[in-house]
Amino acid sequence: MQSLDMAATDLREVNATLQAQAAQTNQTEWVIENPRGSHAVAVGLDAPIHVTVKGSTGYYCAGMNAQATVHVQGSVGPGVAENMMSGEVIIDGDASQYAGATGHGGLLNIKGNASSRCGISMKGIDIVVHGNIGHMSAFMAQKGNLVVLGDAGDALGDSLYEARLFVRGSVKSLGADCIEKEMRPEHLEILADLLTRAGADATPEEFRRYGSARKLYNFNIDHIDEY
Amino acid sequence: MCGIVGLFLKNDEMRPQLGAMLTDMLITMTDRGPDSAGIAIYGTGGDGVKITVQSDDPATDFDGLDAALTDALGSIGLRIADTHAILTLPADKRDAAINLLKARGLRIMGVGEAMEIYKETGLPRDVAARFNLRDMGGSHGIGHTRMATESAVTTLGAHPFSTADDQCLVHNGSLSNHNQMRRRLARKGVVTQTENDTEVGAAYISSRIAEGATLGEALEGTLEDLDGFFTFVTGTRNGFGVVRDPIACKPAVMAETGDYVAFASEYRAFADLPGIDTAKVWEPEPATVYFWER
Repeated sequence: MQSLDMAATDLREVNATLQAQAAQTNQTEWVIENPRGSHAVAVGLDAPIHVTVKGSTGYYCAGMNAQATVHVQGSVGPGVAENMMSGEVIIDGDASQYAGATGHGGLLNIKGNASSRCGISMKGIDIVVHGNIGHMSAFMAQKGNLVVLGDAGDALGDSLYEARLFVRGSVKSLGADCIEKEMRPEHLEILADLLTRAGADATPEEFRRYGSARKLYNFNIDHIDEY
Repeated sequence: MCGIVGLFLKNDEMRPQLGAMLTDMLITMTDRGPDSAGIAIYGTGGDGVKITVQSDDPATDFDGLDAALTDALGSIGLRIADTHAILTLPADKRDAAINLLKARGLRIMGVGEAMEIYKETGLPRDVAARFNLRDMGGSHGIGHTRMATESAVTTLGAHPFSTADDQCLVHNGSLSNHNQMRRRLARKGVVTQTENDTEVGAAYISSRIAEGATLGEALEGTLEDLDGFFTFVTGTRNGFGVVRDPIACKPAVMAETGDYVAFASEYRAFADLPGIDTAKVWEPEPATVYFWER
């Protein structure tokens, strides 16, 4: 176990140390002590290491993550796991705005609530939120899965492309071109896998699926005057 | 950007530490705004009315102030802290004192039974040191560090803005209909002192309260009547309130323990608060009014 104490170590040194880990490193277990709400903690990692952050962080925690598992034992500020490529980011507490924004891959597992714009413009990431999500979540989401065990706020999935949205609780309102869709066996399978991986206490049958009506992003000759 | 903080103590034994706690929170928010800093602190009150005044030339303006006020108004309390002076006087002398202070060219920062306001251009660390904010006790307070957008970097453009006795406001964001609202308020006889958008927000809340609204109703009204981005924290004699616009792109986080309720733009500001590791920490919902009063 390697330990980095942010009370004594500069943020850049902490990140540079973690970023320098090679794909075949033997030092796979890391702990970050005293994050004290700092920004950009454990960003840009690209090795199969496991990083435990002992406390809450600020903006952009675990941004651009690839391969690594980052586990925050607290809450995170805006932009957690932004543009994640692969690996896993686990948040024990809540996440602020635009969690998992533009993420291409990997699993973002938020044990508490996520606030507004969760999964905005997601491009292949899987996001599981055990609590609720705020307004404008999955705005222009292109690919991947957003799973919400609680409720969703206003304008869910506005201008949605091909991301799948699964919500167990209520949805305050759907955004433009987002509709409820039939839950088919392949969706139950995807959902069952994500719930298991996220350690979520729920069954796929409890969820409703939402997706794109595909009217907004497909050119329609009848709408030519509106362009 | 701008950084805002607030602290409401439930545990009276912590009151002597309020200034130190709030100052540390505000200093942590320095890189959200380096232009000016300010703090409103609510003491115990009960000694009459407190008037906080400011001068750019305190050596001249505060010289002989005590004698002049005593001659005109009888016995008053006067404490000078750098560019600010805090007068304590009986409530029935309030208006006479304000007229006299204005006639001497002093700027009125705030008036109230409990509230004192200290604000200047500069970094929170320097502003706090100039006024010795760390040593001030009280029941609750709010603070602001500014990155100026809507009006000039001046003492009067610094937050908190006070537009009625014991009421003040700090703001992260920018209002887009403040000129229109300023004119609407002016027609009702509510006069603002600056070109600043936040002062209009403060004046709006004060005018609603003056018209009979509760703090909660006045804050609800901001969602309807003010256009733009805002996370507001407003201080009153008895407590403080929080409201965010429906889009809620300006950050906010709150923490509560048995001892206090704390507000900040970022979690970093909470890192040194006692018991924060086990506090309830959450993000206030958009378009939702929160307030704590005693």
